[in-house]
Amino acid sequence: MPAVQETIDQVRSIDVDQYKYGFETEVEMEKAPKGLSEDVIRFISAKKGEPEWMLQWRLDAYKRWLTMKEPNWARVSYDKIRYNDIYYYAAPKNNPAPKSLDEVDPEILKTYEKLGIPLREQEILAGVEPRNRVAVDAVFDSVSVATTFKEELKKAGVIFMPISEAIREYPDLVRQYLGSVVPVTDNFFATLNSAVFTDGSFVYVPPGVRCPMELSTYFRINEKNTGQFERTLIIADKGSYVSYLEGCTAPKRDENQLHAAVVELVALDDAEIKYSTVQNWYPGDAEGRGGIYNFVTKRGDCRGRNSVITWTQVETGSAITWKYPSCILRGDNSRGEFYSIAVSNGMQQVDSGTKMIHLGKNTTSRIISKGIAAGKSENTYRGLVSAHRKATGARNFTNCDSLLIGNQCGAHTVPYIESKNASAVFEHEATTSKISEDQMFYCLQRGLSEEEATALIVNGFVKDVLQQLPMEFAVEAQKLISISLEGSVG
Amino acid sequence: MLEIKNLVVQIEDKRILNGLDLTVNNGEVAAIMGPNGSGKSTLSYVIAGKEDYEVLDGEILLDGQNLLEMEPDQRAAAGVFLAFQYPLEIPGVASMTFLKAAINAQRKARGEGELTTPDFIKRVNAAAGQLEIPKDMLKRALNVGFSGGEKKRMEILQMALLQPTFCILDETDSGLDIDALRIVSEGVNALRSADRSFLVITHYQRLLNHIVPDTVHVMSSGRIVKSGGKELALELEANGYADYRESEAA
Repeated sequence: MPAVQETIDQVRSIDVDQYKYGFETEVEMEKAPKGLSEDVIRFISAKKGEPEWMLQWRLDAYKRWLTMKEPNWARVSYDKIRYNDIYYYAAPKNNPAPKSLDEVDPEILKTYEKLGIPLREQEILAGVEPRNRVAVDAVFDSVSVATTFKEELKKAGVIFMPISEAIREYPDLVRQYLGSVVPVTDNFFATLNSAVFTDGSFVYVPPGVRCPMELSTYFRINEKNTGQFERTLIIADKGSYVSYLEGCTAPKRDENQLHAAVVELVALDDAEIKYSTVQNWYPGDAEGRGGIYNFVTKRGDCRGRNSVITWTQVETGSAITWKYPSCILRGDNSRGEFYSIAVSNGMQQVDSGTKMIHLGKNTTSRIISKGIAAGKSENTYRGLVSAHRKATGARNFTNCDSLLIGNQCGAHTVPYIESKNASAVFEHEATTSKISEDQMFYCLQRGLSEEEATALIVNGFVKDVLQQLPMEFAVEAQKLISISLEGSVG
Repeated sequence: MLEIKNLVVQIEDKRILNGLDLTVNNGEVAAIMGPNGSGKSTLSYVIAGKEDYEVLDGEILLDGQNLLEMEPDQRAAAGVFLAFQYPLEIPGVASMTFLKAAINAQRKARGEGELTTPDFIKRVNAAAGQLEIPKDMLKRALNVGFSGGEKKRMEILQMALLQPTFCILDETDSGLDIDALRIVSEGVNALRSADRSFLVITHYQRLLNHIVPDTVHVMSSGRIVKSGGKELALELEANGYADYRESEAA
């Protein structure tokens, strides 16, 4: 695999301070007043030109949120978040709605260029074969700045646009599905998101349509003290298929920043959604200063018969990750899959996993989780597999492997299994291993350096999951994992 | 040429090597024999640079370079190869991937360019054919689920591809049936050349019928206690190590 060598070179070429996306972009921003109040929510809603029902929805969520308590059951610890010190809306000036890429602030385009996100369609067309084309929606702080390939997708009948636009242009679709998978009242962070979400992507794939390209959203937090609250809603109508990828980065800052997103997926009869994440938010420095709090609610509803939802995630960033992409297997014969690689280094804390809720008959689910802990990090897999009493023939296979690098980190596995149907078959396998000294010596004896050997062994460890990612992202993810682990040996 | 002078090594306060002297000339195949616990495997690990062994005295020179000052990967790039008695498993990493990473790492350390993929594949196929290694085995994760014979053949394959100048075979014959022993020995013999030397560590004469040594050294209590030609191995086979154990006691 040449990527291994590439990985090593990449690792070498970056400076000690690892995180290469830590730069900041100078753009004039327009912000809502600091803190959270009904007025701020009205401000956001007005900025987005939202209909009354949407504003009401937000205000209801806000009222509810005021009565809720922050969850504390995860195996993470952090200083109290002061919700009134956060800006809930920050947008590059000259907004709203650039009509084309030419109207987008060149500084922002430069930012995405630096991040390696190909926004300009012609560049993609020039360089890459058609089948590799990816339509991108880029979200900069609170607003979507550019969505590519809109026209071509429209021809196929696929709607792919910022959710703020969809609320205006397809209010009926949005209203029908928004909050139908993650209810407004779901949990503290999801409710907060419902009140203040600023942008995100909306996808609708009509019946029988196979989306002609990968869809991708790229999230960037730029402004200081700004929370990012994006909301993504993907609906795959009967017999359709869509593959979606999200990526994220943020500048280096000493303060923590909150990212509380909600992602809802709905798959109707015979539909399939693949949702892949490469999460690389700023993880904080070696002493644990700064970094993103990634408190995210992601849930897919296999609402129709024979529907399939697959979550694939590569998590390398964030100071704290609290995230459980889940599947509600409502339709008979529906299938949910969760493939995860969670890498933690330095002082990072990860509490992540999935929930597979079997409601329909003959529903199946599969969980493959690979946790890699290095440095002084803590890496927890937390998962729930449950079968409703009507879920006859439900089946789950879970495999959780943890790899420890060094002796100051921790790996934990917390599986919950609940079955109310005697015919359900749930299997759980778990291993925890270390890169042994003998393995390391063997590799060194063959001429590999410690870094090269670690990269090779880790790549072998996560191979099952990397194979689930679209090819071009798998290579990217492989690099990212090695970069995240730089300095973890020796 | 490998020169070991007065090597004294301990592990966890236990003395294993006690002033060992040994010279292996270029092109020479030297066999080391000796009873269990005489320090044979320790010697191979210390030459290759495994941690945990404390070198109290002495030196190891490979073509004049002081190996003891080098990291294990630097020693490998300098030409040291150890065929492990128990090769390690690397789950998820195809043997091919591992081979390529190792070859290119060594080439890089020596300031050479990477092998092109076609060139690499050509070399692997040629060497694998000779060792009767099927293509399918090269795609499997390195040593995972391999039989004892497969693991040893994979070690020799790596040796053939990495082209080291000093090869250590640590009980390569253990766990091999007659056929595997023949294949492995033929593989080693094919690599014999004027500028490559071998240190063959074994308990038994059997292996030395296939890989005929130039010199045989008897090791006991962390020292070379007797050296001779290949006939010395036959003598040991007939009389056992009893004589050398007694000489220790004396």
